Parts: sequence; C-alpha cells; structure tokens
Amino acid sequence: MRRLNVNGVQREVDVEDDTPLLWVLREQLGLTGTKYGCGIAACGACTVHLDGVPTRSCVRPVSTVEPTEKIVTIEGLSPDGSHPVQKAWVALDVPQCGFCQCGMVMAASALLKTKPNPSDQDIDEAITNICRCGTYNRVRAAIKAVAQGSTKSAGLSIRHVDGSVT
Amino acid sequence: MSAALAPTRRRFIGGTAATAGALVVGFHIPRKSLAQTPLPDEVNAWVVVKPDDTVVVRIARSEMGQGTLTGLAQLVADELDCDWAKVTTEYPTPGQNLARQRAWGNFSTGGSRGIRESHDYVRKGGATARVMLVQAAADGWKVPVAECRAAKSVITHQPSGRSTTYGKVAAAAGKLKPPADVPLKDPKDWQLIGKRLARLDTVEKVTGKQVYGMDLQMPGMLNAAIKACPVFGGTLKSFDAAAVDKRRGVLKVLRVGDNAVAVVADTWWRAKTALDALPVEWDFGQHAQASSAGFAEVLKAGLTAEQAVVGNSNGDAKAALAGAARRIEAVYSYPHQNHATMETMNATARWTPERCEVWTPTQNGEAALAAAAEAAGLPPAQCEVYKIHLGGGFGRRGAVHDWVRQAVAIARQMPGVPVKMVWSREEDMQHGLYHPITQCRLVAGLDAQGELQALHMRISGQSIVAGIFPQNIKDGRDPVVFQGLNAPGPEASIGYSVPHLLVDHAMRNPHVPPGFWRGVNLNQNAIYLESFIDEIAHATKQDPLALRRKLMAQHPKHLAVLNAVAERVGWDKPAPAGRFRGLAQTMGFGSYVAACAEVSVNNDGQLKVHRIVAATDPGYAVNPQQIEAQVEGSFAYGLSAALYGECTVKDGRIEQDNFATYPVLKMDEMPAVETVIVPSGGFWGGVGEPTIAVAAPAVLNAIFAATGKRIRTLPLKNHDLKKA
Repeated sequence: MRRLNVNGVQREVDVEDDTPLLWVLREQLGLTGTKYGCGIAACGACTVHLDGVPTRSCVRPVSTVEPTEKIVTIEGLSPDGSHPVQKAWVALDVPQCGFCQCGMVMAASALLKTKPNPSDQDIDEAITNICRCGTYNRVRAAIKAVAQGSTKSAGLSIRHVDGSVT
Repeated sequence: MSAALAPTRRRFIGGTAATAGALVVGFHIPRKSLAQTPLPDEVNAWVVVKPDDTVVVRIARSEMGQGTLTGLAQLVADELDCDWAKVTTEYPTPGQNLARQRAWGNFSTGGSRGIRESHDYVRKGGATARVMLVQAAADGWKVPVAECRAAKSVITHQPSGRSTTYGKVAAAAGKLKPPADVPLKDPKDWQLIGKRLARLDTVEKVTGKQVYGMDLQMPGMLNAAIKACPVFGGTLKSFDAAAVDKRRGVLKVLRVGDNAVAVVADTWWRAKTALDALPVEWDFGQHAQASSAGFAEVLKAGLTAEQAVVGNSNGDAKAALAGAARRIEAVYSYPHQNHATMETMNATARWTPERCEVWTPTQNGEAALAAAAEAAGLPPAQCEVYKIHLGGGFGRRGAVHDWVRQAVAIARQMPGVPVKMVWSREEDMQHGLYHPITQCRLVAGLDAQGELQALHMRISGQSIVAGIFPQNIKDGRDPVVFQGLNAPGPEASIGYSVPHLLVDHAMRNPHVPPGFWRGVNLNQNAIYLESFIDEIAHATKQDPLALRRKLMAQHPKHLAVLNAVAERVGWDKPAPAGRFRGLAQTMGFGSYVAACAEVSVNNDGQLKVHRIVAATDPGYAVNPQQIEAQVEGSFAYGLSAALYGECTVKDGRIEQDNFATYPVLKMDEMPAVETVIVPSGGFWGGVGEPTIAVAAPAVLNAIFAATGKRIRTLPLKNHDLKKA
C-alpha cells in the first residue's frame, strides 16, 4: 500500500509503482476533476498542486510522490468553489466545453500564489495549458481580475441571475 | 444506475457576488421508467414546471462548449415569460424522442444549427406552455383568460389583482389541450433574447464536478482500452492474449469488429498498459503504401481534369478567360487535420440480450442511438443513449459514431457489465475523421482596364459527403463542397459579383476518412478566395478593401460586416509601426462574417498576430457575450489550423500521434480579439463556425502585406517567413 496526502486527507492506494498520479487520482480515488488529455504533459488538463507547485500528474509516477507531499486537486482547491480564481472564472464565464478548465484553474491559482500581479508575459509562461475551444483571452482576463480584485476591466458586462453585472 | 449518474443539482459557489443565488442547472438523466410517457409535471415536451416554480427547459441539442444550452433556454424562457433565475435544463434522451414521435425534433448538433434551425419550434414550445399555464390559472379562478397576464412566472388576474405562480398551476396546465398556432413575440418585446446573460453551465466546470463521458463511474464498471489497425481499411490478423492476460487487473483481451483489439481491465490504466504490451499482427490492406505526397499528385491532376461538377456559374467564364487581356493564376491547397477535442472519444456501454444502453458524449444522440442499436443487434426501441457533457466536439462527435460501435461491440462480449471504453490520445489522433484535403486552382481574367471580368475556381479533392453520406451524392455532386461559393441566397453564398464566374469540383477521395470539421468546407474555400482576391488587388495595384467594396456592391450584407471591420480597425489610417493588416470575409452557416488581422513578422521570420477585429451578422444575436466567446474561440481554432494544423500520411497511416507532433495554439500566441456584432435582424444565423473561415485568410493576407510572401499551402509552420 502506498500513502498519499490528497486534499488534506491521508489516503492509501494499492497500485503499481509506475502508475501516473493522474490515474491514481481518477481511478483509485475517484477524483475525476483532474483530466486526461494527452498523457505526455503537453496539454495541462491533468494539472494538480504538489506542495503548491503546479504539476502535470499524467507523467508523474505515483512512486515518486512522498506520503508527506501535499497533493491538491481541483476538488480540494476550495471546499465550495469559493477560491478567488474559481469565482473570477464564473464571473467572466470563462469555460466553454470546460474539459481543460480545471487544469487551467489549477495553473492560474498556482501562478497567482507566486505572482499576485502577473504580467502578460508571466501569464504566457505559466499558462501553457491547451484549450481547443479557445478560452485563452477570458482566462487571461480572469487572472487579471483576480490580481486587480475587479472583473470590470474585462469589459464583458455579463448579467448574472442575482442581478450583478461582471 | 441513475443514482450513480445523478449528482443532479449543481452547487452554488458560496459567497460570490456573481453567483449568490445563482441558478441551478440540473444534470438530469431521466430514468427508464419515464422514457415512454410524459413526466407528470410536464406542461409540454419543452417545459416542465416544478411546484417550487423551478422551470426545466428540455434541450435536444448537445452542449459542447458553444453555449447552445443557454441560448436555446433563453429562446424558450423568453416566450414562456418565466423567471430566468429559476430556469434549469435537461436533455431528453434519444429513446424518448423515438418513443414520442420525435417530439423534440432533430438532435443533431453540428453546422452551427442549434439555434438557427430550431428557434421557431422551441420558441413555440415556450409560448404554448405560457398560454396553457395562463389558461389553467384563469380556469381555476373561473375568469376570462384575456383578463390574465403572465410575467416572470407569476400570473395575475388584472381586474381582481389575484395572482398565482407557474408552479401552482403547472399540473392543471399539463392536462389542457395544447393550443395551435400560438403567435410568437415581436422581437422588440424580447426580454431575454439578445441579453448578455451568464451561461447556465459554468459553476461545475470550475469545481471538477462536471461529469464528462470519460469521468463516468458506475457500480461494477470495467474499463477498456482499444487499438485499431493504424492503416485505414486494414484489419486485425491476430494477437497474443497470453502475453498480457495474467497482468494485474486484466480480465479479457478481445477482438472488436474486424480491425481492432481491446483489453478490458479493472482500471483504464491497467487496460491501456496491457494493450501497449500486447503483441498484435495486422493486415494493413490495400492502402499500406499511401502517402500525402501521393494524394497531392492525385488532387493536382484534378485541377485540370476535364470532368468536374459545377457548383456555381454565371456568364461564360471559360470563354471570357480565353479572351481576357490579362490572366492571373494561383494554386492553393489545404491539409488533413484532426479535430483534437480535449476529451478523447469514449463511451460506456452495457449490453444484455434484451437491452443495450450507452452513455456517451455525442453531438447527435439519435445517430448515436442508431449506431448503438446496429452494433447491439437490437431494435432501437430496446436501446437507449444517455448524452453526457462533451469535452469538445468540433464535428468529430456528430455524424459518425465509430467509437459507440466499438464500445457496444466490447460490451456484447461482457454481457450485463457496464464497460467504459476510452481512446488514448494516440488512438484519437490516428483514427479521426479528418478535415478533407483539397487543392484549388484559381484563374482570374482582367480586361484592358484591369477590371475583374472572369473567375474560375477549380476545386479538386475530398468530399465529406461522399465519405459519410454517399447516398446524398447526386450525379456526382457534393453540394457542401461549395460552401461560401454558392450563388446568391440565404446560405454560404459568395459575396462577390463577377460577370463570368465558374466554380467547379473534381472529386478525388483518398482513403483517409473525411469528417465535418468545425467550419467544414468554408474554411479552405475562404482561404482560397480571400487570398486570391488579395492577389488580384496586388496585381492591379488596388487597395484590398477598395477592390472588395467594388465587387461586393450587390451583396450588402456581406459588405456591411466588412465595412464594420474596416471602421473598427481604422483601415483608412496606417497600422501601428511594424504591423501589417489583412482582410477576409465570407458567409456561411447562415451568418455573415469578416475580419482584419494585424500582424508583424520580425527579422527571423517570426510571426505575431497582435490584434484581430472581427464582425459578425447572425441576423438575431441571442446572447452577445457568448457570440463573443464563439468568435474568440473561432480564432483559436482557425489560427491553430493555420499555424500548425497538419496530419500527414505515410505508409497509409497518420504520422502525428499527440500534441507534441500535432501542436495547437496556446495562450502566448492568442491575439487580442475585438468582436463587433452587427445583427441586422430578420434571420437566424449560426455563430460557432463561420468566423473560423476568416481567421487564416486575414492572417495570410497580412503576412503578404508584411513580407511580400504569398502563402498558398498550410500550415504556416512549414514556411520560412523571413523577408527575401
């Protein structure tokens, strides 16, 4: 049995050493918010935090993850979707199909933790996730909205059901 | 089963101003017992109102990111006069549609047709339900219905001031006979249509709770990985199951149809790694030597072939070209491309001798049901398909359900057990339905004054319709191949008047299966025509905008979007230093679109697309902020194709296998996009696809302006843009 610290909880899994962390999360632990997109660390849909570092879990053998390393998945980013990045994503209607978006949110939240006010270049360098629907500009706008504490700069004027406009 | 699939109620994001009290979108899969009869709280097929006034709008089309779920709900809810804050949605199943004589019409979600082909009957569904609800209230009060009004789910008897809610009268309303021919609102009275409303399906996508097909979990479920013969048309000879069947978790190694082998295991990772280790012998079949270079030769011959099918003509182009004072000629081509949806193909199937059920992300639930029934060897009435949210579609998950057939074929060999089959990215990349390849030879004839008198566009190449719906080919003609080049009319019409015009097609079909790829044939046709119009402008020393305006005088809707772009980008003023501009326009999927790209090319030949201005006239703009999202996304998709998109064939198979060899556009290359929506009213056009077609030609024309290099073959990664 192998021990993992996932979203603050000690879990035990019985898997082969070379199993990628992605598949342990999805199949042994049922945490399907972390997605399989490529299996070669090219697309970022599988991004999780390992001790705060954004990590592509599809190429990370589970045997290389220490029991003490803190793994945070999208399910553990906040208990209720209230992380500022998640709130900004909702406010600006960032997702389209949404399949890549959990990885985007994990990459963006890690970036904002190290650089609370990232430049465009910082964003380009940190967010190398693939989105085929093409949400990149709203992703950028949402990251800036978090940094600035306001969604107004995006100029999207989206009307929400509570009457708010973002 | 339903329990495993129905976490149904979406959660709120706690404490956000944006979503406090946000509406809740149900992910509801009706149970089998409900399939045959209307739900008890149903007002009609489109509208369910629950006692707490929750309005459930049924959506027949599939949501794959394009926002159709929200847009269609807006149409229904506007006519229903219900409280938008209480609107949720659900999918009826294809089996229910079959059992109820197609009460929900067409499920097909491609061709940007969600709104443009169902706006009429879904609004009628909403309007009819409203009339029935008001009638039920009036009946309850025993007052004339004309004295009652509805607004935001509240019905008021005006003389007495009494009021009730939709939820309280829904049960009675559902028992009334539906009135015929309920009039629809005048557009000036729309309350929800045209508003920048937030999507209904966002929250779960940022919390990981959205269930995609790949995420499905069921009690007792097994997992399958599959590999088909890498050469299209090849077959499976043999495999050595004994080499892997003792591996941990592996339950079965099995043949799937005549060309594939699958491993079923407790987890997908164990199935996949066992499959990787499985010795397999293939019969590569008759196409084992085929290559992209060979295809190009075949297509090239078609450019001058005598036999061709005419798609559009006026005047006598051949004679006019023969007598022209000056001729300009160019040959263009477009490569095979994979859709590369973020979520690879997958389906979960459970088969018994009496019943087959499939859970899958599909753009066309009815087509998925037909495929499932055929593969199951059962009548459709004994089968059901549950549509799961799509991780991208782009046309791959619509017309052909090859993966559903595979999943059912696997399930038939494991009776009673649900088996989830997921394609690896490599399998997905190499077993797609590819953007068709075509070449195009364009010849322009100018008179002595340099005016365009004649144009011949000869398209040579692949027909999607011949590959997928061969029964729709009449007299050798694939009507779809002429998208954007058709005679004046409401769909995909050419925006230019040329005294002598001939557009024809020499069909040449390589063995690589073609598919409807977001934007379809509009993509390459717009590249060919819009680049060539720029070539004519350059050759005759005319401004590309001025030439277009001259040729478009008889096409005011096409011209209006082009003018909107020119105005926003400031065409009459120079571009910022070092930047160069290119224009393109086209019409398709019911909408008129145009774009201007501002690019720079540095001394190393490195291209940067800085800014895009794009205009679209979809007739009526149902949700402008979502149209903007679609327009932006169209540039991501179209520029991915222009910069990188290429699947090459060697030894009969696709060479690219993953995003390392099939790169796509990422954040650092995404230009700023300014979307100008100019809805002229009176028609309903699509927005998911048309703009893709102007992305590449606008950039190609800007590259010419920057470098003097005319790029006629894609993708751009194969070209050196350094100034000569």
